[in-house]
Amino acid sequence: MTEMNEEKAIQSQTEVLEKPESQVKEMWEALLENKAAVVGLVIIAFLVLVAIFGPLMMPYDPNASNMGQSFQWPSAEHLFGTDQLGRDIFSRIIAGARISLSVGLAAVLISLTIGVVLGSIAGYKGGWADTVIMRIMDMMLAIPSILLAIAFMAALGKGIDKAVIAIGLVSIPEYARIVRGCILSVKENDYVQAARVIGNRSGRIIFRHILPNVLSSIVVRATLGISTAVLDTAALGFLGLGVQPPQAEWGDMLGRARGFIFTAPYTLIFPGIAITITVLAFNLLGDGLRDALDPKSRKK
Amino acid sequence: MLKYIVKRILMLIPVLLGVSIIVFLIMRVFSPDPAPIVLGQHATVEAANQWREANGLNAPLYIQYFNFIKGAVTGDLGTSYYTKTPVTQEIFSRFPATIELAVAAIIIASLFGIFIGVISAVKKNSFFDHAGMVLALIGVSMPIFWLGILLIILFAGVLHILPSEGRINPLLQPIGGTGLYLIDTLWLGDMEAFTDALRHLILPAVALGMYSMAIITRMTRSSMLETMSQDFIRTARAKGITERKVVTHHALRNAMIPVTTVIGLQFGSLLGGAVLTETVFSWPGIGSYTVQCILKSDFPVVQGVVLLIAVIFVLINLVVDVIYAFIDPRIKFSRKEV
Repeated sequence: MTEMNEEKAIQSQTEVLEKPESQVKEMWEALLENKAAVVGLVIIAFLVLVAIFGPLMMPYDPNASNMGQSFQWPSAEHLFGTDQLGRDIFSRIIAGARISLSVGLAAVLISLTIGVVLGSIAGYKGGWADTVIMRIMDMMLAIPSILLAIAFMAALGKGIDKAVIAIGLVSIPEYARIVRGCILSVKENDYVQAARVIGNRSGRIIFRHILPNVLSSIVVRATLGISTAVLDTAALGFLGLGVQPPQAEWGDMLGRARGFIFTAPYTLIFPGIAITITVLAFNLLGDGLRDALDPKSRKK
Repeated sequence: MLKYIVKRILMLIPVLLGVSIIVFLIMRVFSPDPAPIVLGQHATVEAANQWREANGLNAPLYIQYFNFIKGAVTGDLGTSYYTKTPVTQEIFSRFPATIELAVAAIIIASLFGIFIGVISAVKKNSFFDHAGMVLALIGVSMPIFWLGILLIILFAGVLHILPSEGRINPLLQPIGGTGLYLIDTLWLGDMEAFTDALRHLILPAVALGMYSMAIITRMTRSSMLETMSQDFIRTARAKGITERKVVTHHALRNAMIPVTTVIGLQFGSLLGGAVLTETVFSWPGIGSYTVQCILKSDFPVVQGVVLLIAVIFVLINLVVDVIYAFIDPRIKFSRKEV
């Protein structure tokens, strides 16, 4: 009986060794245990639904002006009131969700792609490539990001597509630094050396062997990066550099309503709440992911 | 230590040259021709050409860049396309307003951030801790300009207790001096003007400092929690020292090391945040002015301001690193080892 039990125990141990619990599953479970992260995830899911099915939820055309209805206080007819051109603020906020989320994602995609490539080259190749790339990144970091983004906008011209590029470009150094640091920390590991010895090319070693192992840091940064991108988009919109009229974007709504701060404060309150909730959700998820992906805090 | 500082200062030169190249490329190579913007859409081709010639924009790019750097080294950053005033004069007339705002913001952020962070750590998992962390989370999630708008609505629109824009009542404005109104009015002993300047400063400083306060709160809390779990704290407690003294004399002093770095870095980032805060509060500083100049393609001013901000930013980083090495003997030791 005892022998059988021992055998079973050894068998189950071997199984564990052969097939470890999926890391992703383990992280997902740790993430779900983090209440704040779950709240963030639920809000993001809701925002995504609003962005996709927004047109079905809008009671009015978000871009249709109706001067006879301007500056209506929030009521059953207009939940969040109307702006200076009589447009329904509730509908415009729903329309803005799509822009904010897509700009946030697109900007992060740009900075992530370029940042990962540059950081990988710098970290893996080292030498002059590392020096040149990282010094350029240092130079970009020496200019406040919003100022750099405005300068890019001045060069590229106004428009939401230009805002995406500007916000994406200014965030590159953060990703490049993180990826470089991660690659430096793992590049001397045995599995990388082994991959090199069997004749893999640098690109394959970086993308197939190294990056999957440093993915967690990149995912955390990218999640938090979306919140920064949403904030930057709103800032550029507030300064009048984002979307062009009559498109609805939360920062732009705030910027255009600034003149009515005392007469129609509600025109400034709801778009701000929308930005804050979106940024908050990505921050909650990013913080939760960081904890879930950090083995030390998982053990705790 | 001196060798380290000199080495770091020398390393700044290529970084600043690089910054100047980046700004130059953005503003002069990728930006649209400023002539039609400055002269108006109806300007003739000859007039535009003459204007470009007069402003050195017809010269090859490398000559333009060389002239800019040559001027910058001697303190001549050119003249504004619009006001025809030297850029250095434009910058220094507005810079004290931004410095006053940024210093006030970092003082508010540090005082409240450290206080809330310490209490949150000491009373871990209490109501105060949760409230403090929620406040910090909202602080990093709220757009600076929206917080500014909310503060204006509440304190200027509803309560009517604080002004919503400007630096001071123009009739009370001090003439000459440092340009830092709080110091100038205090120096002159004009308490009415001092109070007025202070009242104007509160809302923009709170709005600008909120983000930094949130970051400092989080950093202080985590640093305090880490320090409080160290052996020397247990030893201090075992020696019978009061909890208050353990926190203030033993834990806080050690926990402050990383917090100092964060405060320094936050001060640098406040200069970027000032762009938005100054716009909301019509604060006559360098931030709002730079936005206007970028949009008007006033190249000389933009280049000058961005270069100046970059110089301040990298110098702050340098000072932070030096302070860090100074207050943490372990770092000095390891550097000597190297």
